[in-house]
Amino acid sequence: MRSIAHLRVNPIACDGFGHCAELAPELVALDEWGYPVFLAADGRHEPGEVPARLRRVAEAAVAQCPRRALLLDPPS
Amino acid sequence: MSVLAPSSATRLFATLDGRPADTLRAHLRLRGAPRHRPDLLDEVSAAGLTGRGGAGFPTAVKARFVAKSRSRRRVVVVNAMEGEPAAVKDATLVVSAPHLVLDGAQAMARAIGADRIVVAVAQDNPDTDRAIRRAVGQRGATDEVAIEVLNPPGRYVAGEESALVHWIAGGEAVPTFRRDRPSQLGIGRAAVLVDNAETLAQVSLIDRFGADWFRALGDPDAPGTALFSVWPARQGVCVEAPTDITSRKLLDAVGFDGVVSGLLLGGYGGTFVPADLLDTPLTASALGPFGASRGAGIVLAVPSSSCGLVEAAAITRYMARESAGQCGPCAFGLPAIAEDMDRLARGLDHRALDHLERRTAAVDGRGACRHPDGVVRMVRSALRVFGKDAERHASGRPCAGASRRPIAPTPDHTGAGWR
Repeated sequence: MRSIAHLRVNPIACDGFGHCAELAPELVALDEWGYPVFLAADGRHEPGEVPARLRRVAEAAVAQCPRRALLLDPPS
Repeated sequence: MSVLAPSSATRLFATLDGRPADTLRAHLRLRGAPRHRPDLLDEVSAAGLTGRGGAGFPTAVKARFVAKSRSRRRVVVVNAMEGEPAAVKDATLVVSAPHLVLDGAQAMARAIGADRIVVAVAQDNPDTDRAIRRAVGQRGATDEVAIEVLNPPGRYVAGEESALVHWIAGGEAVPTFRRDRPSQLGIGRAAVLVDNAETLAQVSLIDRFGADWFRALGDPDAPGTALFSVWPARQGVCVEAPTDITSRKLLDAVGFDGVVSGLLLGGYGGTFVPADLLDTPLTASALGPFGASRGAGIVLAVPSSSCGLVEAAAITRYMARESAGQCGPCAFGLPAIAEDMDRLARGLDHRALDHLERRTAAVDGRGACRHPDGVVRMVRSALRVFGKDAERHASGRPCAGASRRPIAPTPDHTGAGWR
């Protein structure tokens, strides 16, 4: 069985640029200070879980993070 | 020379002719030489020893994780940082039984194959530093592994194990992000085992007297004695007691007989519980349902004449100052929560409770270390335990105790920096 991919953030590296929330609004929102908070993609997933249909979106957000702070587990 | 194992609950603080066994000679007369068991970790495992630094993780499991590391070199770090302002236990232990701590470090180094021991004592703790250096000097060449004493800055999170290891390796004393948990801590290529000073002193007693002796006291799930820092007033007192002791017995032991409105258990990242729990054993099974634990052994009584919200607000302000400032939700969230708590405690803001509910949820679990999570736990527990007070405060009618100076110590050590 394949385990589902998870988005994670390295909170030390993250500087709150917010690109992740723009690129993957289904998966990431920003808190009142501008730092990412993971959302449940739908009723069947936990916050941080990346359903297969959003895999490309998540990968794009990971690739575009200027601080390389957004991580995908297991890595693609 | 035969030595009897201590039969009372005074194990770590056993005395010789009524005096602390703080010299090497007195220590060996009182407790005998270390036994150097070849199967030490099995004995520690059978004893059920859990870490005394706060997390309560099984000591043998943690040691084996480092022992099986592929690194060729290993280091034992003795954590005597005692970053909790309300904790006095490790300072008291190191001053009265330094050789027990150092014997434990040597035993652990032998068990995991370490060739270096570092004792970490905060820069702002000169008494502990003097006591441990004097003890190291007395041991001379009798030790298998050389012992270094180092002095990281005395900041709250500097004693968090990843921060401590980062500083020893030449960096700042700030926590590091670990992608995998459990993860191996390292200094250069060496694998590192960090154990609290009291934990290692207990290891040395287990080496000498065995698992069965160790298990004869305390909670069967986490046996032995533990050191508690008990706050009946504005001064903390260190008490050694079986792990299943109650708060009331600890307060009795230090001569407190006042009326309390609540207790802070564990530490500043711990949990306020109501006075109904005075007679509850401080064990995981008894405290778990209340979200509390023994933590680092802090038991701070909030007298009914004081205001629990004022105590919690002062502690929150302190914890916000002590954020390493690395993670956004902690760096920005803790000061915001501290401001909300201040406004609540002073009866200035009817929306403070709503803000606190939203902001504690926003900060929980979002740091590289557990510092913000501890603050969230402490704040939520204060709002629960002092809930009636909180509503009165929020409606602009703070209680009579609100003008009293907090009991909880909240020193400012921001000047110490992180180096």
